[in-house]
Amino acid sequence: MLAGHLLSVLIWLPIVGGFAVLAFFNRNARAARWTSLAVAAATLIASIALYAQFHDQSAAMQFVERASWVPSIDAQFYVGVDGLSMPLILLTTFTTVLVVIAGWSNVDKRVTQYFAAFLILEGSMIGVFAALDALLFYVFWEVMLIPMFIIIGVWGGARRVYATIKFFLYTFLGSLLMLVALIYLHMKSGSYELAVFQRLPLSMTEQTLIFLAFFAAFAVKVPMWPVHTWLPDAHVEAPTGGSVVLAAIMLKMGGYGFMRLSLPIVPDASRELTWLMIALSLIAVVYIGFVALAQKDMKKLIAYSSIAHMGFVTLGIFVGFQIVARTGRTAGVEMALDGSIVQMISHGLVSGAMFLCVGVLYDRMHSREIADYGGVVNTMPVFASLMMLFALANSALPGTSGFVGEFLVILASFKANLWYSVLAGTTLVLGAAYTLWLVKRVIFGAVANDRVAALKDLNGREFLVLGLLAAAVLVVGLWPAPLLDAVRATTQHLAQQVLVSKLVP
Amino acid sequence: MYSFSAADFNAGLGYAGAEIFLGLAACAILMLDLLLSDAKRHWTAALAVASLLIAAALAAMEPVSGRVTALGGMFEWDRMAQALKVVALLTVAVVFVYSTAYLRRRAIMKGEYFVLGLFATLGILVLISAASFITLYLGLEMLSLSLYAMVAFDRDSGKAAESAIKYFVLGSLASGTLLYGMSIVYGVTGSLQLDTIAAALHGGLEANVGLLFGLAFIIVAIGFKFGAVPFHMWIPDVYEGSPTCVTLFIGTAPKIAAFALAMRLLAQGLAGAQPDWGQMLVVLAVLSMAIGNIVAIAQTNLKRMLGYSTISHVGFILLGILSGTPQGYQAAMFYTITYVIVACGSFGMLLLLSRRGFEAEMITDFKGLNARNPWFAGMMAIFMFSLAGLPPFIGFWAKFAVIQAVLGVDDTWLAVVAVMFSVIGAFYYLRIVKQMYFDEPTDLALIEGSTLMRTVLSANGLIVLALGLMPGALFAVCQRALQ
Repeated sequence: MLAGHLLSVLIWLPIVGGFAVLAFFNRNARAARWTSLAVAAATLIASIALYAQFHDQSAAMQFVERASWVPSIDAQFYVGVDGLSMPLILLTTFTTVLVVIAGWSNVDKRVTQYFAAFLILEGSMIGVFAALDALLFYVFWEVMLIPMFIIIGVWGGARRVYATIKFFLYTFLGSLLMLVALIYLHMKSGSYELAVFQRLPLSMTEQTLIFLAFFAAFAVKVPMWPVHTWLPDAHVEAPTGGSVVLAAIMLKMGGYGFMRLSLPIVPDASRELTWLMIALSLIAVVYIGFVALAQKDMKKLIAYSSIAHMGFVTLGIFVGFQIVARTGRTAGVEMALDGSIVQMISHGLVSGAMFLCVGVLYDRMHSREIADYGGVVNTMPVFASLMMLFALANSALPGTSGFVGEFLVILASFKANLWYSVLAGTTLVLGAAYTLWLVKRVIFGAVANDRVAALKDLNGREFLVLGLLAAAVLVVGLWPAPLLDAVRATTQHLAQQVLVSKLVP
Repeated sequence: MYSFSAADFNAGLGYAGAEIFLGLAACAILMLDLLLSDAKRHWTAALAVASLLIAAALAAMEPVSGRVTALGGMFEWDRMAQALKVVALLTVAVVFVYSTAYLRRRAIMKGEYFVLGLFATLGILVLISAASFITLYLGLEMLSLSLYAMVAFDRDSGKAAESAIKYFVLGSLASGTLLYGMSIVYGVTGSLQLDTIAAALHGGLEANVGLLFGLAFIIVAIGFKFGAVPFHMWIPDVYEGSPTCVTLFIGTAPKIAAFALAMRLLAQGLAGAQPDWGQMLVVLAVLSMAIGNIVAIAQTNLKRMLGYSTISHVGFILLGILSGTPQGYQAAMFYTITYVIVACGSFGMLLLLSRRGFEAEMITDFKGLNARNPWFAGMMAIFMFSLAGLPPFIGFWAKFAVIQAVLGVDDTWLAVVAVMFSVIGAFYYLRIVKQMYFDEPTDLALIEGSTLMRTVLSANGLIVLALGLMPGALFAVCQRALQ
């Protein structure tokens, strides 16, 4: 019975589970923890089952479910996955399990609500990746804000209220403009199906305005320079679990939105505005890279590094238009799109891991200042070696997941313009500089003070979480073929789709 | 003109069944209340709620076929009237349930509150079914006069008396303006019947200067009754000064009346002048959204903040009406009903938190509510997110419908303006959520409130969520009402 509704299970199991935890275990933290872990694990297993049945030769939507939702306004419950959403759903379920384990004992305030919020968040994020109906997409997109708002605001740091309200209002403004665009598209086409939007011919003015409305929603989420300023605040103030989900999954929503909505629905405007997108992406890569160098707070440094890495994602999404303009061939377009998706997955794993590493240190020292640390390797050798691995992945060392995506994007942008790849390539220097300098100051050197001297190495639970992530980073880095196979058919399809003009004649 | 016929009269008695019953019941309860001692005053409340429910059932069961006028052309019965009446009656019933426990705890349990409330409701019903200027004005004054008295019914409160005077003076001015506008329209068209006026307008009176003059006065009156900027000055003062249970009453059911007033006058009677009143309403709508949302940010008193929030929501309702299409009217009706349901819950939470010797009205009174009572903190969060227009709550669909209607008449800039102001609006609703969830409680008193009230308030919150997940039914009601 459930086999035909695997996606519904993936969306609703965590949401229902989250509310069940809230309802039944409000006073029983232990039961809440175990139930949440069970729900998160069950969702992970369901997503693995989804992957096992996924056909990577096809660009068509799979596991499609369609049900009437609000007939009077043409909204449907219409979900499905393709090569673009499949890896992101796996990333979501995997990350949520890790976050639940990571929050096991270091959350002591309102434990039940903490775990419930993450489960509800998980369900709505999967909903965003699976939705094929624009209104359903929008509803999940907004629902996601509520648990995150609560997570940062309740369990966050000193300036949490400022950070969470800023986060909320930034994203809310962007998404409302997207809503206006979606309603407009519905008026034109009489349906909310994304596939119908993709076939709808539009004039250049319409396309440009719709592109800008989408841009408002997705650029804030990615986040692209200059609308990135919410991210350092939100990351720094969020609890570790919140930072991990924010970096690993929520930022991917922006890239996903560009690929799922902007490119196929308004391809001509995307082509015309490519110069803008590439410029903003390169600014993110280069300028934000320098900003990261100057940070004194570990979390802030990783947050800026996230913005720089996401610059690669948007570069890969949009550089294809210039490749075609220059070479007239589509080969590089697919490579760029593949690179973007791999970069999203890799950044999800690596930045999540980096935030967890900071969380491990913060739980012990209650400080995020780089200056308070030094010589951690002497007291926490196991932790130090894992963090070193993630740091190397963050600076895109070959053999780690970080290398694959950045390499593909740089290679593809080389075909468009030598200078794009030169500028993008600076990240290999800058990324290595700020990450390794961070490691040098925190991990290596002499033991800085008594508190560092008293540090205890990883416990079993922390080792499990970081070990799993390390394994994932290495697998994607050494053997990216399964991931690339899964996305290939979809990116080929997308590459062909965006190159066909749909201007009104 | 209409001539009297027995058949017309008998049919009219059926259509006006709810009004007739409610009028008789209100008189009976007024008499009965005299015989009850203070300790038994809850019987007044129970009877009032029961008669509201019976009247709602009468209205719901009365058959509807298109639009019919009865009682000498004074009274009108259509699907919109039926839907609005049922919603208004149920709303007042819920309001009375919330108020009973509060009145008792504040030791102002008086029969007048319920009787005046019933007469105000009767005014709302008459207004909803008005087919002529006379009925319309009759209903409106019945509502307004009862409300003025309700604001002042706590005789010992100086603040309430002050609010009542303000409300009375400004309200009478608005009623006078309305009468003046109506008399000009009567002079131009020669009729008090809305249908005849509509026909006269189609007969070539659209551009008549006298008519426009009258229209301007009518818009002022509608703006006042809705509380739209720049005729909003009474709202914050009256909301703050009234006893909270009266604020709850004023903040909910009369909005339905204001919507009906606008529909009957503008969409029905003066439909031919839509380009003119549409432009006037654009100004009112944009100003309401701007002033309402921006000034609400500065408030520390929650009743006052909700007052400004009402003003901003009125801006949205007007956006729906001004588009002048059936889709726009449906959106405005959807928005009005949604707003009433959510406002009922938000003010209900204030009543729940008040207790003997303590009036919950400051935003800080919600501090740490999540630690004191997670369930009702969750309910309040639902109401606030819904007012902010976030899915999956019903408030989102209301905003969605209005934006859709505005885009439908190619006013894209209005849609963008509306969206911008809802982002500003989200800020002050989030502040309440912040107080409840992010701050530690300073007041540790247990949440009181009768079981009935807690149940109804919980149901109110769950309806906001359920309709938000499945808004199809409410969309269907509004679509059928205004085709």
